[in-house]
Amino acid sequence: MPDTSPMPPGPLADVAHEPCVAKPDPILVADEVRRSFGGLTAVDVDHLEVQRGVITAVIGPNGAGKTTFFNLLTGFDSPDHGSWSFNGVDLTGQASHHIARKGLVRTFQLTKALSRLTVMDNMKLGAVDQRGERLLNAVFSALWRDQEREIEGRATEILERFQLLDKQDDYAGELSGGQRKLLEMARALMVGPELILLDEPMAGVNPALVQSLLRHVTQLRDDGMSVIFVEHDMDVVMNISDWVAVLAEGRVIAEGPPASILSNPDVISAYLGSDEGADGFLDGE
Amino acid sequence: MDLISVAETALRSAFGPQAAFYALLAIGLNVHYGYTGLLNFGQVGFMLVGAYGVGISVATFGLSLWAGVGVAIVFAIALALLLGAPTLRLRSDYFAITTIAIAEVLRLLVRSSPATDLTGGPFGLQSVAVEFYAVNPLPAGLSLGPLTYPVAVTWSLLVTWTLVVLATVLVALLMKSPWGRVLRAIREDEDAARSLGKNVFSYKMQSLVLGGVIGSLGGVMYAIAGSTVNADIFRPQVTFYAYAILILGGAASRLGPIVGAVIFWFLFSFVQGFVRQAQSADLLPDFFSSGAIGGAALTLTGIGLMLLVVFRPQGIFGNKRELALDA
Repeated sequence: MPDTSPMPPGPLADVAHEPCVAKPDPILVADEVRRSFGGLTAVDVDHLEVQRGVITAVIGPNGAGKTTFFNLLTGFDSPDHGSWSFNGVDLTGQASHHIARKGLVRTFQLTKALSRLTVMDNMKLGAVDQRGERLLNAVFSALWRDQEREIEGRATEILERFQLLDKQDDYAGELSGGQRKLLEMARALMVGPELILLDEPMAGVNPALVQSLLRHVTQLRDDGMSVIFVEHDMDVVMNISDWVAVLAEGRVIAEGPPASILSNPDVISAYLGSDEGADGFLDGE
Repeated sequence: MDLISVAETALRSAFGPQAAFYALLAIGLNVHYGYTGLLNFGQVGFMLVGAYGVGISVATFGLSLWAGVGVAIVFAIALALLLGAPTLRLRSDYFAITTIAIAEVLRLLVRSSPATDLTGGPFGLQSVAVEFYAVNPLPAGLSLGPLTYPVAVTWSLLVTWTLVVLATVLVALLMKSPWGRVLRAIREDEDAARSLGKNVFSYKMQSLVLGGVIGSLGGVMYAIAGSTVNADIFRPQVTFYAYAILILGGAASRLGPIVGAVIFWFLFSFVQGFVRQAQSADLLPDFFSSGAIGGAALTLTGIGLMLLVVFRPQGIFGNKRELALDA
């Protein structure tokens, strides 16, 4: 099992366990981000800071606005109101590809393996600033061959780490569901992210592979990346997250280290509608 | 029945001018549909602006033919930008609908009477390619077994097939490059490409321009080969023939468009010749009046194409392993 840390690591030790709290070294700061679909307010986050170098879990009941919030942060949807910054740079209104290039990279709840590209091509696609991706350079392979080789080297390293190297010439569409999740994560690393947003990385993955995925996620943090992930499985959240933010009906209703979240009455009532079901919440997902 | 002569005629069309124009259209479509996943149903629109770019420059404004070719390419780029700017950000169905509409609008515009001064309206434009035939270096036409063409036709065929080869090589080089990899990624999933920092809109636009310019060269060579431009040729089915050619040869394959064009025109011409001969030999039932021959030939060609697709769904050169992943 990955390390179980009841207390948050150093930087978050002194942070109060309350929603919208300030962090000592935030990599991402969102302010008054709102998005509604017709009459339904999907996201209404007053203030959220995400600490650098830790794993932050975003949990919440179905329909809490977790994925919509991810979409907003990464430019896949535009908010009605609000602003957010990454590494102190304002990202409000930026196109999704600009946001990715700045080092904020996401994965998807429904895996988006590029089926009719090989695993290696999936990986190479992730590299940024490729000379050969400009139309005028593309015809002259001498202009990009060296860079391509270097990218391939980096891709090989990452594939090896994710145990996909022997699949490198297979089409991504031929991989199993779990392998596609791994590939998607590995591919996101090719972009060179500082903060990676994983949208339900464990969904639909068999339990044996969950352990391996968890190790990869904690490895990302140990390599110096910041991670935000959406997850429903409480065991997973308890296991690997350093900090948890709880969304319900679009709002941040609680924040704190995992242990503090389980006993938070606001969280329990958000999930179950009442305090009575606390046991069920603890036992179940 | 003289099947030999039917086959010889069919062979001549398989490598003839039509096959060559259509190969260019299909290479352009391959860039759009095969590699980028853009459902362009208006490829004939690019052929039209190519043909009229040359026609209007030469016949209406008296420019040189070579300037006309430049104008045709500029027209094609402009059409791609106009078409793509509002639609490439939308879902692909909107793009598909817009392309078919724009191509049809263009045809009706150039053919309308008020446009007569510019485009010749319903009468079209003539004497477009005098300069082209003036520089013909060939002493005589091709005569290779059944493949015999008059000298002028041989010259335009030589140039058109050369363009086909150049376009094929260019597209093959591009698709092998990281640029082509981005296009194929967009075909598979736009959002995934976006999440990896690729400017999807810009790449789709580049693909639209490239495929459109290649398609417009088909129009340029059509105008040159006949030395005339007439709006009635640019009907929507031209695009669908080009799709048939592409799928027959194998979408997203390098040689697919060429081989598809050759096979398509062989089949089409063979069936036409066959039905015509059968009718004159009184082998057909009475309800095949002479007016029904065209329809019957099209129907039989359609059946032939269906059989090819049923037994070889990936096309001649397509990749079966790739196709199986399409589910």
